[in-house]
Amino acid sequence: MIRFVWRQFRVQSVAALGTLFLVAVVALATGPHLAHLYDTNVATCVAHGDCLSATSAFLHNDSTIRTWLGLLIIVFPGIIGVFWGAPLVAKELEAGTHRLVWTQSVTRTRWLATKLGVIGLASIIVAGLLSLIVTWLASPLDRASANIFGTFDERNIVPIGYAAFAFVLGVTASVIVRRTVPAMASTLVAFVAVRLSFDRLVRPHLVSRVLHELALTPASVGFGSANGGPFTLMPNTPNISNSWIYSTQILNKANHALSSHFVAITCPRLIAGVQSGGPTTGSSQVSRVQVPSGTQKAFQDCVAKVGGIFHEVVTYQPGNHYWLLQWYEMTTYILVTLILAGLCFWWVRRRLS
Amino acid sequence: MNAVLEATALGKRYRRRWALSDCTVAIPEGKVVGLVGPNGAGKTTLLHLAVGLVAPTSGMVKVLGGRPGQNAEQLARVGFVAQDTPTYAALTVADHLRLGAWLNSRWDSGAAEQRIQQIGLDGNQRVRSLSGGQRAQLALTLAIAKRPELLILDEPVASLDPLARREFLQSLSEVVNEQGVSVILSSNLVADLERVCDYVVVLVASRVRVAGSIGELLSMHHRVTGPRRGPGSLPVGSQVIEECHTDGQSTFLMRGADLVVWPEWNVEKINLEDIVLAYMGQSDADTSSTPRSEMK
Repeated sequence: MIRFVWRQFRVQSVAALGTLFLVAVVALATGPHLAHLYDTNVATCVAHGDCLSATSAFLHNDSTIRTWLGLLIIVFPGIIGVFWGAPLVAKELEAGTHRLVWTQSVTRTRWLATKLGVIGLASIIVAGLLSLIVTWLASPLDRASANIFGTFDERNIVPIGYAAFAFVLGVTASVIVRRTVPAMASTLVAFVAVRLSFDRLVRPHLVSRVLHELALTPASVGFGSANGGPFTLMPNTPNISNSWIYSTQILNKANHALSSHFVAITCPRLIAGVQSGGPTTGSSQVSRVQVPSGTQKAFQDCVAKVGGIFHEVVTYQPGNHYWLLQWYEMTTYILVTLILAGLCFWWVRRRLS
Repeated sequence: MNAVLEATALGKRYRRRWALSDCTVAIPEGKVVGLVGPNGAGKTTLLHLAVGLVAPTSGMVKVLGGRPGQNAEQLARVGFVAQDTPTYAALTVADHLRLGAWLNSRWDSGAAEQRIQQIGLDGNQRVRSLSGGQRAQLALTLAIAKRPELLILDEPVASLDPLARREFLQSLSEVVNEQGVSVILSSNLVADLERVCDYVVVLVASRVRVAGSIGELLSMHHRVTGPRRGPGSLPVGSQVIEECHTDGQSTFLMRGADLVVWPEWNVEKINLEDIVLAYMGQSDADTSSTPRSEMK
């Protein structure tokens, strides 16, 4: 049965091996040079005393390759779901060959188990290898940019979970929809919908977040208005290396947010000074203004006064939660994959007969 | 009678439509059985139920004493050639033989290769380039080489040209003679059935209208022609399958072991096709009334 699955899977496996080969060639051609640049320019920047410009200069290297390979890692599971998963049963049903293969001396449960096992494993291995190569290739750039959560779903082990999920999602669509092209389309739509909503709704809650309190200082806050409303103090997003910052708020002891009303009462001179300073800049909903030089003193006084009652609270995921989050996210996807696989078995045995 | 296929009140519903309902039929062992009936009679559904491709909604079906498709052992005992003889277009002939070897525990690779040579197929040929007749022969080879106890074929020759049809049925007859396998073969074409079958089941709207060996059917049915009269005045012990009246003359297609008729009546033998068509043409009212005449 396994040999038969491989025979039918020949074209797809050649395509997958070709992709792997191309990515490996790109990695071997650029990777060592990139690592060398990192070692000579960025790793020694402390000695030269200028890490900022050394890092930003280094990040210009191969940034296109990094972006495209990252995109490949994100798109690849979708391709697996659409081209490996969705046709798996639907193509047999359309061509009528299920009547041939399901009447050989192999039960259709075993047929499906072998198909899911072999191709699912192939999906996991290919996605894992691709992610491994890209993670290795991009590691100097990732280290330099110190933003590991920015490339969270393009690196390490989560792509394995996505690939396994996408494949079985495709098979599920295949058995329910029963026609290849509609199954492919619904696989794509469902996969994108699940990935996006997981990013927004589930990932932030997988691992408990960390709160960090800071005193208000003129450096940590700005001044501006939201949606054209009244002026108030606004927190600057702090620069915490490799962190994923959910929110930055100005709160008092009772966890109430700073209101513009409070600012207006506490700092009348500042408000008056800024309003005479001219129109606000920026067309975005939140517009920050440059505090006019004449009112700098008023701004500092205001921050000090407000800071006596309020402080800045940063809610974030620190860099050392990265691997925990990777494991949790991958395991969640694998669990959903197993549930979908169970649904496929049930459907093929009961509903397709 | 030992039955290879035994259905009791068997029914299959797809969503709201019943493809087969309340079907009771027993098909005897060791015969080549033709299953004939109009389109939509439920032939394909009955055969799909028999090979375990679909599961019954109601009732029960047993094939070779087991529940169809319940395990690999049961699957191995039944060979199936589905309608339009599905095969993998992108795979070669040799690939299909390998498929058979990989997926069947009792696979007879020697016999399979010998048959492929006999048909004159090239192993490296892709199946999409084969003619309909060649594809049907390949499908038959796959079904035979798994060494089944029962071979089920669903309208295998429906889409073939007359020559390919004759060749296919020829090779089917050879296989039956060599292996002594039981065969169930569905078809719309009575002439084809007459060539290979020795037992016929006529299925109309899920009901068995008539079943019996071809010899028995031919000897039991006669066309009786005479001066016009109503069916009520016919001899006891016979049954009217079909009647036709003109001004002065009545024609009855009658069933009965020994017909006693009036001297002025003309009794002639009829062929299988006429018998089958007569049963297929019967309305439901006729079938419900026939038992009455038998009870008399």
